Amino acid sequence: MSHNQLSRRMVLKSLLSGPPLMSAQIGSTEVWDVHCHLTSVAGETPEARMTELVRFMDRLGIHRVMLSLGFPLLENPPPRQLREENDQVLRALRRWPKRTLGFVYLNPNHVDFSLEEFNRCVRDGPMVGVKLWVAKRCNAPELDPIVERAVSFQAPILQHTWLKVNGNGPGESTPFDIVELARRHPRAMLICGHTGGDWERGIRVVRASKNVWVEIAGSDPTSGLVEMAVRELGAERVIYGSDAGGRSFASQLGKVMGAELETRARNLILGGNLRQMLAPMLRAKGLA
Amino acid sequence: MIIDTNVSLSRWPFRRLPADEPAALVAGLRKRNVRGAWTGSFDGIFHEDIAGVNARLARDCRTYGKGILMPFGSINPKLPDWQEDLRRCQEEHKMPGIRLHPNYHGYDLRDPIFAELLRIAADRKLVVQLAARMEDDRTQHPLMRVPPVDLSPLAELVRGVPQARLVVLNSGPLRGLAPEHRVYSDLSMIEGAGGVARLVQQISASRVLFGSNYPLFYFESALLKVKESGLTGEQSAAVLAENARRLLSR
Repeated sequence: MSHNQLSRRMVLKSLLSGPPLMSAQIGSTEVWDVHCHLTSVAGETPEARMTELVRFMDRLGIHRVMLSLGFPLLENPPPRQLREENDQVLRALRRWPKRTLGFVYLNPNHVDFSLEEFNRCVRDGPMVGVKLWVAKRCNAPELDPIVERAVSFQAPILQHTWLKVNGNGPGESTPFDIVELARRHPRAMLICGHTGGDWERGIRVVRASKNVWVEIAGSDPTSGLVEMAVRELGAERVIYGSDAGGRSFASQLGKVMGAELETRARNLILGGNLRQMLAPMLRAKGLA
Repeated sequence: MIIDTNVSLSRWPFRRLPADEPAALVAGLRKRNVRGAWTGSFDGIFHEDIAGVNARLARDCRTYGKGILMPFGSINPKLPDWQEDLRRCQEEHKMPGIRLHPNYHGYDLRDPIFAELLRIAADRKLVVQLAARMEDDRTQHPLMRVPPVDLSPLAELVRGVPQARLVVLNSGPLRGLAPEHRVYSDLSMIEGAGGVARLVQQISASRVLFGSNYPLFYFESALLKVKESGLTGEQSAAVLAENARRLLSR
């Protein structure tokens, strides 16, 4: 029996018998999720919402999530609200320090404030990465100081990207944009959020950009996504993420558990790559 | 044991899938402890010779199914003499139900032909599977953009056909529907952390069916969603198999 078959059987057995899936059943790795939010989750406070998310994580054997964005979801938050959103994430991190890490939400339309917020939350705080969403397309020169700051602290950047056949929003980045950014910042660790949504195009777009990783969150669990990403990019450039609570942890985890993969590749995707990416930051913060 | 109510044979036109040959599909299902699979055909979405599609589906289910595959023929009520296709599905191919794709076949649920089809199928005691979509409309092929089916007329329609055995596939939350509407839903496109638990709250555990949209989707995504939702053992058993078995035996 292959490792691949073994893992699938264990998932099934666990489901039918009731107890939570443990990482030992998923593979020999801790499962880390690079893309998680406090939105679309029940609870009045960040602590309550994170507690709700941890309930779902426990059922699936997900050890840790990279948390970003607060609530309500704001596409182009002004400084005061950006700070409030990051404060919400900081509260959730304090409540669940062993189950979370934080990515600071920044807005390239407010560069100076974003740099201050990076210092507050990453340099001087517990956060370990940067989250950029849809305020401005990521090929814009305004991103350069933010990326330079992230590079200087070896902090990865999770950038939302989509290639929507019905048209992107005005500030919504595409994988083409992240490739431009990667060329300007070859030392940056850039994570192409959602693999561009249209993953068959997204993977091709970022293929030659070696400092761009793809994360698989927030799209339908269409067969073939993970296999194509591994074939074209190598397992070392593919990262599991869910985009929970708007998406199900499970529907996205199923992309990795259902893919035809060697165990080593599956473990890299489920957490190995992310831990390697974050290793300098975690060491610096005494979290390794 | 699992009964998967949302499986398809043949080829998806826009990519090859890991189990798009009948033998591979059956092997994949058996490996995952699926003991029954309500099986449609991707060809039924795109082909005009629906009678040929359904005959092939019935033959493949017999030849490769090993007792697992139950054929659900496609009906396109916009094709001439679709009633004959319906008759053949039941009388010749012994199918327990049919599958509809209104958005790909060019009608909406307010079209009187849908109510007529629902009534005829109900009279024949056929299960009707209504696929709300096949994929995210943001990621469709640029020359094949098909918006999802507007399900808002359903609540009113099923009041007029109380004996209908209607299953919605590939939908998000069924807005406007409650347990009293007696509409079933699969969970293949139910999203959000704990989304299946919310669906159970909305339409009751007795109306939620396990459906994976395999092989177009990863089977494990549907399976893990059941796990994520923390259903009781009784609810899980109902969703994974019992509801489907009961619906077919009604």
